[in-house]
Amino acid sequence: MSEWCICSVFALQKVSIIIVIFACVVCKYIIYLSEVQLNETLAHLKTESETLKSKLEEERAKLHDVELHQVAEKVEGLGQFVMKTRRTLKGHGNKVLCMDWCKDKRRIVSSSQDGKVIVWDAFTTNKEHAVTMPCTWVMACAYAPSGCAVACGGLDNKCSVYPLSLDKNENLAAKKKSVAMHTNYLSACSFTNSDMQILTSSGDGTCALWDVESGQLLQSFHGHAADVLCLDLAPSETGNTFVSGGCDKKANVWDMRSGQCIQSFETHESDINSVRYYPSGDAFASGSDDATCRLYDLRADREVAIYSKESIIFGVSSVDFSLSGRLLFGGYNDYTINVWDVLKGTRVSILFGHENRVSTLRVSPDGTAFCTGSWDHTLRIWA
Amino acid sequence: MTINTLAKGGWHREQMTCFQKMEKVIVAMQDPDMGMKMRNQRLLITVIPHAMTGHDIITWLIQKYSICEEEALHLGGMLLKYGYIYPLKEPRSIVLHPDETPYRFQTPYFWTSTRWPASELDYAIYLAKKNIRKQGELMEYEKERYSVLHKRINHTWDFVVMQAREQLRASKQRRKADRIVLECQEQAYWLINRPPPGVGNVLDMGLERPNNFSLRVTLIETCRRALGRNRVKSSICLEGFVKYSEQYQNHDPIMQGCLPSNPWISDDTAHWTMNAEMVPTPTRLRVECWSFSFMELLKDVMGRKEFMTYLEKEFSGENLCFWQACEDIRHGESSKIAEKVEEVYKNFLAPGAARWVNIDSKTMDKTLEGIKRPHRFVMDDAQMHIYFLMKKDSYPRYLKSDLYKNMLAKAIIPQETKKSVFPFMRRQRHSSPSPAQAAAQATEEDGRGKGAGPAGTNSDV
Repeated sequence: MSEWCICSVFALQKVSIIIVIFACVVCKYIIYLSEVQLNETLAHLKTESETLKSKLEEERAKLHDVELHQVAEKVEGLGQFVMKTRRTLKGHGNKVLCMDWCKDKRRIVSSSQDGKVIVWDAFTTNKEHAVTMPCTWVMACAYAPSGCAVACGGLDNKCSVYPLSLDKNENLAAKKKSVAMHTNYLSACSFTNSDMQILTSSGDGTCALWDVESGQLLQSFHGHAADVLCLDLAPSETGNTFVSGGCDKKANVWDMRSGQCIQSFETHESDINSVRYYPSGDAFASGSDDATCRLYDLRADREVAIYSKESIIFGVSSVDFSLSGRLLFGGYNDYTINVWDVLKGTRVSILFGHENRVSTLRVSPDGTAFCTGSWDHTLRIWA
Repeated sequence: MTINTLAKGGWHREQMTCFQKMEKVIVAMQDPDMGMKMRNQRLLITVIPHAMTGHDIITWLIQKYSICEEEALHLGGMLLKYGYIYPLKEPRSIVLHPDETPYRFQTPYFWTSTRWPASELDYAIYLAKKNIRKQGELMEYEKERYSVLHKRINHTWDFVVMQAREQLRASKQRRKADRIVLECQEQAYWLINRPPPGVGNVLDMGLERPNNFSLRVTLIETCRRALGRNRVKSSICLEGFVKYSEQYQNHDPIMQGCLPSNPWISDDTAHWTMNAEMVPTPTRLRVECWSFSFMELLKDVMGRKEFMTYLEKEFSGENLCFWQACEDIRHGESSKIAEKVEEVYKNFLAPGAARWVNIDSKTMDKTLEGIKRPHRFVMDDAQMHIYFLMKKDSYPRYLKSDLYKNMLAKAIIPQETKKSVFPFMRRQRHSSPSPAQAAAQATEEDGRGKGAGPAGTNSDV
């Protein structure tokens, strides 16, 4: 039986008819198996995957000779942290779901449940552009690197690009370009190094890379067993990888050229809502519904830190690093923001202010501030 | 209470974990040894046992989790919001007060997680009871909901009224204190599960994430591949984080502050102006950053320009030009790939090309073969070869060169802005031209060709 048939076999575990006839979706072979054979094969495959998994854990553990907080003992501790809300952006009529910074370090784009996408100059708090999407729950939005367009999508299963026009009378929706098409909701999107390509993740369990100009699918990434909720592009020299997190509790690292999953991490106990690379690109952090943030090192190929506290009960919706990577900011479902010392693993500060879930959090491109969006309809800039 | 006939399958996984964790806290709070001290609370003329004050709750949380008062207040507030604790005196004010205000634990029977989602039938019975018990005891919004329910489940209304009467009769047979307690508990439950209008519904979950494909497609494959990887020892990797954070600490505005001031705090955009893409004299931190890694140098437009100047002095400027052209192919429009590849071949790879780059023969052969059928990544190998050539050779020499050293010496260290004498006077926040505007102007100018007049307006947006 070809390797690809594994997928179908697992999917049909509960079948109990005598003769099983099914078509493997991937390799399109029609396979006939008796029930006895089916159970035997399943059992065999299950043991094989369990054995491989424990072998992998063994290998990973062999090179783990020290913990992060031990290495960080010699580092100076962080003093008192004072961060306050410096701007409050009001204007959305419903839950704010996503936001992204412009490369000019002061503009942002935000999207909300009521279908509105707004571009703000966060410094002056002026709204510069507004678009009403034809769907509700716009869960993803991104600013183009040139600053001349924004991409967004959600329950419409698509990702659309809107060029930003300065003509006040022009209807932005007129020039809209539909780029990505998924078979379920769009959970996240990001431009790559230019305005010409967009990376998307979706509730249909896949990620995809698209050419903006033609709307063509350049590469698709399969491997998650449930909704993919987040993604982040690697800041590496060769710039060819990205990480995604999903409802299957896995964080996968992908090669953009080949579409292959090159690394996978599964230590969270619940859905992974957010992933973000460490500034050097050698690691990434994840935030999950299990109320923890975790740090995974790509060269050591393992989880190296867990950021959690007994008093933190609610899930993390979004994470981001400060510019030096020393601090990790987490937006939580209990309306707070927790600031973690990445090296020592301790919680440095807790910030209050939002009156409902914090749904999105991003540090500005020059690290001078971070922005949070919340279900309380507002966005806040903290510095 | 009627039996909750709704299937338990529709529960949100995330909310369940939160409920379980909150319930652990609640159970710990009621632990006979380590839990809170309870006392009797007088409510009008009745004495309610097992009550506690807001102050008690907060003190216990502070001690148990080693947190500050603000956080304890917040955590306790969450327990209240989700209905695990309810206020005795003002049931509608679901706020935790850090004083002598009395609270009580909700009985597990009425925990949100036990009977969720709250059933319509149960709500109808509850409202019917209130209605029967004392005419006019229903609040306006409850009256509205009552009539809506009456219309919607009219077919079972007899059952509703019968149940309501039956429950009221049963409760009359209880002791007064017990009856009041039960009424309080039930009311608290419904205030959470059917909040009055204007109060946010804390049980709002957002979108469901129903998809679970149960396909272990590449599990075995990924495991096999992962077993074959080369791993690096943890001590080496983790040391890397310490070094990186140390190196960049001064550059991290949130950690060290930024000069002259953080624009978000002081409302002064000088920091951004000084660090704009192209400035006559860059700041010292910026020039220092170029020495951290080759990527930092190339990422910065100004750094790249400086590096180009240096390379041209060394007659190897074509390397950087080639690298940039390859980046353009990789990230540019799909439709222009073929023509760009042709250009690159003509200028950099063809024998006798004007700006011929020195690539090893193996890579050159592979690239030339790939050019026959050009695609986005056809130049990748050649580009990487040149990138590492520059990184290992030209870059270190650039850092030692006079060009770089002079730049570093000239670089500005901005003065820290003195705090305003009148801190209450807010600076005017100036707007800046939108990047979209700059681009529009550029294309306008291009379109009009040379010798055009001032293009576009530069109005405040």
